[in-house]
Amino acid sequence: MTTPSQTGLPELDSPVAPTPSPACWSCGAAVVTSAHFCRACGKVQPSGSIDHFTFFGLLRLLQIDLAQLEREFYRLSRKLHPDMSARGNTGEQQWSLDKSSQLNDAYRTLRDPIARTEYLLELEGVKLEEQSQAATQLARQTGNEKKQVVPPDLLEEAFELNMQLEEMRAARKMGETDAGLESDLQAARKQCESKLETLQAELTDLWKQWDIALSAADSAGHDAERLRVRDRMVDLLNRRSYIRNLVRDVQQALSQ
Amino acid sequence: MEIGQAKERVAGIDLGTTNSLIAFMAGDEPVIIPGEDGSNLVPSLVAMPPGGAENEPLVGNPARKVLVAHPRRAIYSVKRLMGRGVNDIQEELKLFPFHLAENSQPGQALRIALGEREFTPPEISAFILRQLKRNAERYFREPVTRAVITVPAYFNDAQRQATKDAGRIAGIEVLRLVNEPTAAALAYGLDKKREGIIAVYDFGGGTFDISILKLHEGIFEVIATNGDTHLGGDDIDNLLIATALDDIAGDLKLDVRGNGEAVQTVRQAVIDAKIALSFEDEAVIDIELPGTGGVRYQRALNRTAFEQVIAPVLERTLVSCRQALADAKLTAAQIEEVVLVGGSTRIPRVRALVKELFQREPHTDLNPDEVGALGAAVQANILAGGSEATRDMLLLDVTPLSLGIETAGGVVAKIIQRNSTIPASATEHFTTWVDGQVNVAIHVLQGERELAEDCRSLARFDLKGIPPMTAGMPRIEVRFLIDANGILNVSAREQRSGKEAEIEVKPTYGLSDEQVESMILDSFDNAEEDFRKRQLIEARNEADTIILALAKGRKHAAWAQLSAGEQQQTARLEARVEKVKNGEDYKAIRDAIDELNKGTTRLAELMMNSVTGALAGKTMDAANQDLGAGPTAPHPFAKAEIS
Repeated sequence: MTTPSQTGLPELDSPVAPTPSPACWSCGAAVVTSAHFCRACGKVQPSGSIDHFTFFGLLRLLQIDLAQLEREFYRLSRKLHPDMSARGNTGEQQWSLDKSSQLNDAYRTLRDPIARTEYLLELEGVKLEEQSQAATQLARQTGNEKKQVVPPDLLEEAFELNMQLEEMRAARKMGETDAGLESDLQAARKQCESKLETLQAELTDLWKQWDIALSAADSAGHDAERLRVRDRMVDLLNRRSYIRNLVRDVQQALSQ
Repeated sequence: MEIGQAKERVAGIDLGTTNSLIAFMAGDEPVIIPGEDGSNLVPSLVAMPPGGAENEPLVGNPARKVLVAHPRRAIYSVKRLMGRGVNDIQEELKLFPFHLAENSQPGQALRIALGEREFTPPEISAFILRQLKRNAERYFREPVTRAVITVPAYFNDAQRQATKDAGRIAGIEVLRLVNEPTAAALAYGLDKKREGIIAVYDFGGGTFDISILKLHEGIFEVIATNGDTHLGGDDIDNLLIATALDDIAGDLKLDVRGNGEAVQTVRQAVIDAKIALSFEDEAVIDIELPGTGGVRYQRALNRTAFEQVIAPVLERTLVSCRQALADAKLTAAQIEEVVLVGGSTRIPRVRALVKELFQREPHTDLNPDEVGALGAAVQANILAGGSEATRDMLLLDVTPLSLGIETAGGVVAKIIQRNSTIPASATEHFTTWVDGQVNVAIHVLQGERELAEDCRSLARFDLKGIPPMTAGMPRIEVRFLIDANGILNVSAREQRSGKEAEIEVKPTYGLSDEQVESMILDSFDNAEEDFRKRQLIEARNEADTIILALAKGRKHAAWAQLSAGEQQQTARLEARVEKVKNGEDYKAIRDAIDELNKGTTRLAELMMNSVTGALAGKTMDAANQDLGAGPTAPHPFAKAEIS
């Protein structure tokens, strides 16, 4: 699913392009902005605000070599974990706590392809229907469930499925079993799952397209291509989350 | 940090439900420091002997007598009460002889009556910690003030905080709380340079944990953990006690449920039977019930019946195991090795079930009672800067429970998922509802359930000092960070004004900082000052002992064999001890004793030769002891007398 050649983790402790910035707090050597460590003395540097890709020294590509990501996670853990600064000063301890928590958060996000995609889309300024912070915020404020936008082509099918689920629940409540209904639901679940598979295949392909578009982002044509891929991914993620919820509901109804 | 501090020893402590231990790294391997009775285990038992509320409580084996004779003056399994409130220990109160302080109110810190006094669970745990600390200080003859303490992996924030508080009260700086199964994995992986996926099944006196780890080039990465902080050998004991008490009520027509002394006798008998059944097919309980005019309770218990009784308890451990496997996205067959930890894993049925679940023979080569403390010592060594043996070792643990905040409808929005590697953080944004609002309240919970009422309330955070603005205008960024101890830290900032928001924390359970501070002040032995005092007293006792031994030596035939010069030199050295021993200078006393010991080596050898034949290098005191003449020597393990 991933092609190592396209990712390339730089062997640097400085995840972004070097721009001159303040000196190392410990030895006074120049450190590059948002570098985790001083190159001269190896001491951990105060944490700046950087995104998860930058933290790992990665471009915003969607195909990541997981084995390499894990190696990098372990390598950085050995340097950033609070255990390593247990004898350091208060500042060092705080920075290493901040950095290792971001390291863990970043690793958790980037190693899961869906979480990675969602995170990237967020960085690109997209608000996913389900995942957008605004929607979460609103749900939190009102206490209402987050609304899902039903993809139009799924409308009819979802409507029917929800009817069947209602029937099923009603039958269960009465202590009845309806073999016909049950097998209908099983079939519906299978159908949903196969939809998810198709969707996943398209998504995987879009990751590839995104990476190609990003690598050639300087031309106007590719910029448009990038937006197209981005919007299609948003659409697919919304569909995915919607279908997964359907599958979950069916499974719940069947197992009750 | 000062070099002196960095060089100081860091202890590894297992603060168990049933037993507690302290360990250190000695060269390449961790070792347990025994107590004054020579035993590695200090029973987690605290008692206030009658006659003197100002007395320091007895801890460990010396407290046993009090437990049987005056059950209300002793407390065991206090770990079950750590970080809990009055409301959630109601079940516990039915099964354990915990006596709440009389005016206990829900919402207040839990207080336990012990003799004439009352203590919070962290204070009681602090007594145990202080005993361990004392054992180690006696051994090393120097203060021990920093430690790593193990906690059940499934401990929530409040339980962890309570453990940390206990350390502070005991005068110990807790450098890290490390999860028990993970500590066991550290001890287990230390010498063997293991690689691969392992499961640690930790079934102790009061808690159960299962942790699944990936071991790779010295990194111990926890993938998933699960458990129950109220499931252990205690629960097995309680089932057996209930069965026995029913038996007594039925067969002997005698209700001893209200007779504390009788219940304690029954408890000890069923525990003995339980232990015997790990080796025998049948155990016999035969006890006289105190306070019944000599009635005996006799019953044979066979292993099959025992296994039937405990089956529901064991099934609960398997439920946790399956959940942990599911969370790790692994099947039982993918687990390459299984390690057993905790005293309850000595039960053959437990071993059989674990073997059945994972389809492989579990490792039992490490002492299940000691492996936690040994692992804590390894972690302590890593934090102290590491050594050859621990080089490249790093523990990456997870938070056992999801962290969430309560939303308007009483629904919990999860912000950090369970099994996230720690430190872990989440940033959330809050705003105001009313124009000019200057406070925002956040309710933080831990747990997996959807509704706030089903989760564990951790604390209510009150964000204060928000600049008055139109409703919805302030943008308060709150950062929730679970540190490497699994404890939550919260910080907040109003982004429009850039002002650091003031946070007032109201912990739902547990103690405020002020309460802990006052307990530290109240505590009997305040770290270094008391250490010096105790050390001084021990040295004086030792001086008295050696002078007494010398007085006896003078009457011995061997004295005449010394030259006049030797006799004079001995007298000079003795006079020096006499001169300094009532002073305050510990080192002077110590040196004088050592000199006198050296100077009387020949006398001691002569005395020994006359009895047992040549034994070189004897001290006066040892000579006298071997002769059956001397008083008990205050050696490094001797009981400290505190006046």
